[in-house]
Amino acid sequence: MNDHPTPLLRAEGLVKTHHGEGAPAHAVRGVDLRVARGEFVAVTGPSGAGKSTLLHLLGGLQRPDDGSIWLDGDCTDSYTEARWAVERRKRIGIVFQFFNLVSNLSVADNVELPALLAGAPPKQARAAREELLAELGLAGKERSMPGELSGGEQQRVALARALVNHPPLLLADEPAGSLDSKGTREVMRLLSRFHQRGQTIVLVTHDARLASAADRVISFFDGRIADDAELDGASPRRSGISGVLELKD
Amino acid sequence: MRLPLLALLARGPAHGYELKQDLEQLLGAAYPQPNVGQIYVTLGRLEKTGLIEGEEVEQSSRPNKKIYHLTEAGREALRAWYEEAADEPRVRDEFFMKLALAPQTGLADQIALINKQRRQYLNTMRDLSKLAAAEDRDNRIAQLLIEGAMLHLQADLDWLERCQEELEELE
Repeated sequence: MNDHPTPLLRAEGLVKTHHGEGAPAHAVRGVDLRVARGEFVAVTGPSGAGKSTLLHLLGGLQRPDDGSIWLDGDCTDSYTEARWAVERRKRIGIVFQFFNLVSNLSVADNVELPALLAGAPPKQARAAREELLAELGLAGKERSMPGELSGGEQQRVALARALVNHPPLLLADEPAGSLDSKGTREVMRLLSRFHQRGQTIVLVTHDARLASAADRVISFFDGRIADDAELDGASPRRSGISGVLELKD
Repeated sequence: MRLPLLALLARGPAHGYELKQDLEQLLGAAYPQPNVGQIYVTLGRLEKTGLIEGEEVEQSSRPNKKIYHLTEAGREALRAWYEEAADEPRVRDEFFMKLALAPQTGLADQIALINKQRRQYLNTMRDLSKLAAAEDRDNRIAQLLIEGAMLHLQADLDWLERCQEELEELE
């Protein structure tokens, strides 16, 4: 057993079917997954492949029809909604495509709120907020309202909010999905930086540029894992990078 | 490389090594393994076709160096280069033919081929991301070259996804 330290996140046999109008949609059809501490895993695939549903299951935002999830070895089968809400404050940070900031709270309050809800003293919450906002290049924006910020800035606030309680696991659902190319690069740079410091990340994206920041990429098709590849940066044929950049005669 | 070298010479005469340095400065780390040998060979060919002319310059303690300048024919070739729109980037026909013919050969599974190709592209994408991060952020030309390569790869990956969607349904 010691060969395999407890994964930070483990899922076995996850199944989720959406029953809406029309035919049932099989969003997740039997997924097994292990994410080790410190890993940065990207899940890519076409829209409608079920990858966002998978992320929602992993964050307890939806419950699976079948299968189980373990957080750092703890089985979550018996978790209530309230317990999941606590986990999302302490052990799991989440960022979404549309930021989901509280629109009538200032930037500072958006970031401090989860810290206060998790029981941090106000002074400590403020210190954590100040540190994160400075780190994310948002110093001076504390009093702004989310609506006054650009998309890229709002996503950075959302990232600060997700990380303020130092959760071991960060889930990101299309974090650059509503950003321009520059905003995408910014998110990519920040995720890489937090990962380098040991943050475990599971990122869902249809953007291969963003996915390539991860060190493992899972291709998700039709509710299932089609491929699971470690990226070591060493293409089998070293022509890779020069092949795409070289000036031809 | 022929026409970029002509373009560099449009500013004024230069020798091979200077041209290599100009290219490096322009493209930064995005220019893989600047090969001075290739530059000299290309300059030789350009001279043979009359687009540039070289002049030997004596150096006191080193071998002679050759300074090249653009001829009128060279300037004309450069003008023609700028008149025309460039060709479209290549379609990955080699991979496509492998994929299309796989079922007939019985030697490869189409989905496995797609997965293998995707891994290769993703690894290259990762290399490019690292290169972009390492390159001077203010070197816009270099950053744009890398970003262009990444966007092309992104399109190739999107297309692989389409292949997978279509071909999986048939299985």
